[in-house]
Amino acid sequence: MNSIRSFQTVILTLLVVGILLLALGGYLTPLSRLALSPFIGVQTWLATRYQAIQDFITAPRDMGRLIQQNAELQAEISRLQTQIIELQQQNSELAVLSALLDFARTHPENQYLTASVIGRDPNPFLRYVIINRGSDDGLRRGMPVVSQKGLVGRIAAVTANGASVQLITDPGTSVNVLLQPSGVEAALSGSITGEVSLDMIPQDALIKSGDLILTSGLGGDYPPNILIGQVTSVRQKPFELFQSASVQPVVDFSQLKIALVITNFRPVDITPLIATPVAP
Amino acid sequence: MAVFIAFPILGLLVILQSAIVAQVPLLHGSADLILLALIAWGVQPRVTTSWHWTVIAAFLLSIVTALPLATVLLAYLLVTGLTRVLRGRIWQWPLLVMLTVTFLGTLIIQLLTIVTLRITGTTIPLGASFNLITLPSALLNLLLAIPMYALIGDLASWIYPEEIEI
Repeated sequence: MNSIRSFQTVILTLLVVGILLLALGGYLTPLSRLALSPFIGVQTWLATRYQAIQDFITAPRDMGRLIQQNAELQAEISRLQTQIIELQQQNSELAVLSALLDFARTHPENQYLTASVIGRDPNPFLRYVIINRGSDDGLRRGMPVVSQKGLVGRIAAVTANGASVQLITDPGTSVNVLLQPSGVEAALSGSITGEVSLDMIPQDALIKSGDLILTSGLGGDYPPNILIGQVTSVRQKPFELFQSASVQPVVDFSQLKIALVITNFRPVDITPLIATPVAP
Repeated sequence: MAVFIAFPILGLLVILQSAIVAQVPLLHGSADLILLALIAWGVQPRVTTSWHWTVIAAFLLSIVTALPLATVLLAYLLVTGLTRVLRGRIWQWPLLVMLTVTFLGTLIIQLLTIVTLRITGTTIPLGASFNLITLPSALLNLLLAIPMYALIGDLASWIYPEEIEI
């Protein structure tokens, strides 16, 4: 009985060793391919279906997550764009303030107060702007207003927290000016269209396009030597008493956002000093 | 209620006028939101406070304009008077009254402005003023008249609800 069992063990061992040797020798590969082929086919079919079902179940959740991510990124883009605009605006304001500071340094004799332009006169005939500084900040009627480029106008009315500035382009404005390099004196006036012109230029005065226009200080309304603009064209008619000229102001009044008020200048009212004819 | 609500509404319009509308000119003319609001309020059939609104508007506007209060007040009172007269004559077509008074009101206000400026010593060329300021302003006002009429009409319906007989 024992001998039969030993014989079976030997046979089984030889069979296993033989199969192993055949497998190691590669002789069983076609057989194993044949045996595994249906199994792989079934597994592939099953895996594909499982993947499809899994995609079907998980896709809506992923879409929702993507939509949420997209919304978050859009919000981030909007926030960054807003930040860029704010920074550009700050940069622009910084440039203006820097230029104003340079202007103030070149005119150390004056004391300045910075003010922002917050509105314009609603009446289209008038050229006034409203600034955000008033009598609480020490502003008084008649104080000159300048920008980093040159003369803007003067304060026409003051409230506690705001003031109205009459621009030099207003039709009611008249500024005594000095032309450089000729040294000729003239009167500058505005108009309803916002253009500025020179009048009262003596007929014998030699002026030409490109001459600089500065405040003369005569009349006591403005401090002297503040730049206003340049002569662009001269009109001279032999039958008129005076020449006139068109002026290109250095200040772009449509883009005026920040201005400096010269606070240590007090305008002089010379009206009582003007001689009036006395009846004999 | 109808008088008190004039302060925030007209105040807001004055701010809009000064901060935005005055900086959007057509040639050299600009729209007048306060004028349009006063006319639109005056043409509403049940409104009885148009004179109050006119005085409030003139005072509010005088804060931001260099024009004398008397000129602004007179101009707006004339416009409101014209609105009420025409409202009685052409009561079936308030929109027609709105457009007519808008055009005439623009002329009245600008004529009074020119007269005032001349009195104060400012020379204003009439031809250029008419072409460059008055006509563009009138055009802008006419363009904005209809939306303003609709807005103020809604406001008037809210403040003066129609009485229903039961």
